[in-house]
Amino acid sequence: MIKTSYISKTVQELKPSGIRKFFDLAANMEGVISLGVGEPDFVTSWSVREAAINSLEIGHTSYTANAGMLELREEIAHYMKSRFHVSYDPEEEIIVTVGASQGIDIALRTILNPGEEIIVVEPCFVAYAPIVTMAGGVPVTVQALPENDFKIKAEQIEELITPKTKALFICSPNNPTGTQLGKSDLEAIAEVVMKHDLLVISDEIYAELVYDEGYTSFAAIDGMLERTILLNGFSKAFAMTGWRLGFVCAPKEISQAMLKVHQYAIMCAPTMAQYAALEALQHGMSDVEDMRSSYRRRRNYIVKSFNEIGLDCHKPGGAFYAFPSIKKTGLSSQEFAERLLLEEKVAVVPGDVFGESGEGHIRCSYASSMEQLQEAIKRISRFMERFN
Amino acid sequence: MHLNDQELELLRIIETNSRIETADLAKMTDLSEEDIQATLQKLEDMRIIVRYATLINWAKVDEYHGVTAMIDVKVTPKRGVGFDEVAQRIYRFKEVESVYLMSGAYDLSVIIEGRSMNEVAQFVSDKLSTLDSVISTTTHFILKKYKHDGTIFESTEKDKRIVVSP
Ligand SMILES: Cc1ncc(COP(=O)(O)O)c(C=O)c1O
Repeated sequence: MIKTSYISKTVQELKPSGIRKFFDLAANMEGVISLGVGEPDFVTSWSVREAAINSLEIGHTSYTANAGMLELREEIAHYMKSRFHVSYDPEEEIIVTVGASQGIDIALRTILNPGEEIIVVEPCFVAYAPIVTMAGGVPVTVQALPENDFKIKAEQIEELITPKTKALFICSPNNPTGTQLGKSDLEAIAEVVMKHDLLVISDEIYAELVYDEGYTSFAAIDGMLERTILLNGFSKAFAMTGWRLGFVCAPKEISQAMLKVHQYAIMCAPTMAQYAALEALQHGMSDVEDMRSSYRRRRNYIVKSFNEIGLDCHKPGGAFYAFPSIKKTGLSSQEFAERLLLEEKVAVVPGDVFGESGEGHIRCSYASSMEQLQEAIKRISRFMERFN
Repeated sequence: MHLNDQELELLRIIETNSRIETADLAKMTDLSEEDIQATLQKLEDMRIIVRYATLINWAKVDEYHGVTAMIDVKVTPKRGVGFDEVAQRIYRFKEVESVYLMSGAYDLSVIIEGRSMNEVAQFVSDKLSTLDSVISTTTHFILKKYKHDGTIFESTEKDKRIVVSP
C-alpha cells in the first residue's frame, strides 16, 4: 500500500482533467462520432514524414543544441518575421520545445516566485492553471463572457491586478471557444499590461488557423515585444501533434533564463521531429493553406447547423472548435455531454472542463470529415428535439 | 476564364465530393441555396464542371475483367490543323478514355479501356496504327492502380486519434 504522503501536496490537490473522464466514457463505445478531439484530422504531410524518415536513415540520432538545431531556429525566426511581423534572434531568443506544452512549463517555471499570481483568461486550455500551480504560482482566473463572444475586456483584467500579479496568460484563437482577439482588443489589453508592468504569456498555437481576418500576434503590438513570451508550435497548423514539437520566443534575458530550465529538464527536443519541422516550415505552407480552407468550410457548416437546431453559437474566428450554448436544454454541460454520448453516440467535451465560465456550453471540434460532421449534426438535431 | 472566389470555393469542395447536398454547400460557403444552384448551373454551362464522376475501384469487383492500356503514339502533324485533327479522330472511339498531347519522345498519350488484352490489342492494330498520320504506337498495359486522379485506392486510413483529447 503506497502512502499518499509520498505524493506532494501540490500534486495531491491538482484536479484530474475533466477531459479524461469523457475519454474513459467514450473509449470503449462502438460507433461513436467524436467531436471531442483537440487535434487536426489530417495526417502530417507525407513530405514532412519523409524528411523525418530520411533523417533517421542518414543517422541523425544524437542530441541537438539545447535550444534546438540552429538551422531550425533560423527558419522559425524567418517564419515569425514573415508571417507575424515579429523579429527574434534565432541564436538567443528562440527555444525549440517539446510541444507548446513544454513551452508553457518552462515559461512559468522561469518567471514565477512562490505565491506570485498569473491571470489566466478562461475558458481556456485545460493545462494552464495546473501548470501555474505546479510552478509554485497562483492562477487567478478571469472569465471571458459569452455575451462578448468570449472576448476578454481589458477592464476585467485590470480589476484583478494585485501587487503579486506577474503575468497575463492569454490564448487567441482560443481553445475551447475559437475566439480570436483582433488588433484593437489586444491593444486595449496591452495598455493595461504596460501600465502595471506585467508580462504576457501569449499562446499562439492556433495563429495559422484563422478564417476571417488576418492574425495579429500579441508581440507585434507596440511596446509588447519586450514583455511577451510567445508560445507556438507545429501541432495544430502542420497537423503534427504526435511529434511533440513547439517553440517559445521571448526577449533575450527571458529566453536565456528559460533555456536554463529547459536544458536541465529535457536537454533538447527530439532530433527527428526537428528535421520534420524544418521541412514543414520550408515546404509545408501550401498544405497549411489547404487545411485552413478545409477547416473554414467545416466551421461555416457546423456553426450554421448548430444555430439552426437551436444550439446558439457565435461564429469563432479561428482554431477548430465551436462552443455552442446548451442552456436552452436546462441541462448542465456535463449532463448534456453525457446524455448525448449515451443516447446518440456523439462525443463532445463539456464546457466546464475549461473553467467555470465554460459551463452551459460544449466544445465541439470540427476537425472531422464532412461526412462525420453531417452525421453528427443529424444525431445532435435528433437529441435536441427531446427538449422542445 | 476568370472565376470569383465563391465559384472557386465551390469547385474545390465538389471536386472531391460531388454528392454534398445544396443545403450543406450553402452552409459551408455563406451562399444561399439559390446562389449555389445558379452557380453550379453556370459552371456546367461554361463546361468548367464537365461531369460529376464516381471513382470506382473495379479491381475489387470479381465480375470485372477490364484492362487499361496507355499508348504512346507518334504522329505526323498536318498542315493547318497540327495535331488536333488526328487527336479528334482518335478520341471519338468509345474505347478511348483520354487523349493528351505530350512534349518529349512521342506526341499523343492515349488511354484505352478494353474488356480484355485482346480487345485492346485489336483496337491498336486495327484502328489506331492504321490511321494515316500515325507513325508508331507503343502499348503499356496497366498492371495495378495504386492512385488515380488524386485518390489512393488501397488506403485504409482510419481516424487514429483518441476519442476525446484536450
Ligand atoms: C491552446 C493550446 N495550447 C497548447 C496546446 C498544446 O500543444 P502542443 O501539442 O504543442 O503541446 C494545445 C493543445 O490542445 C492547445 O489547445
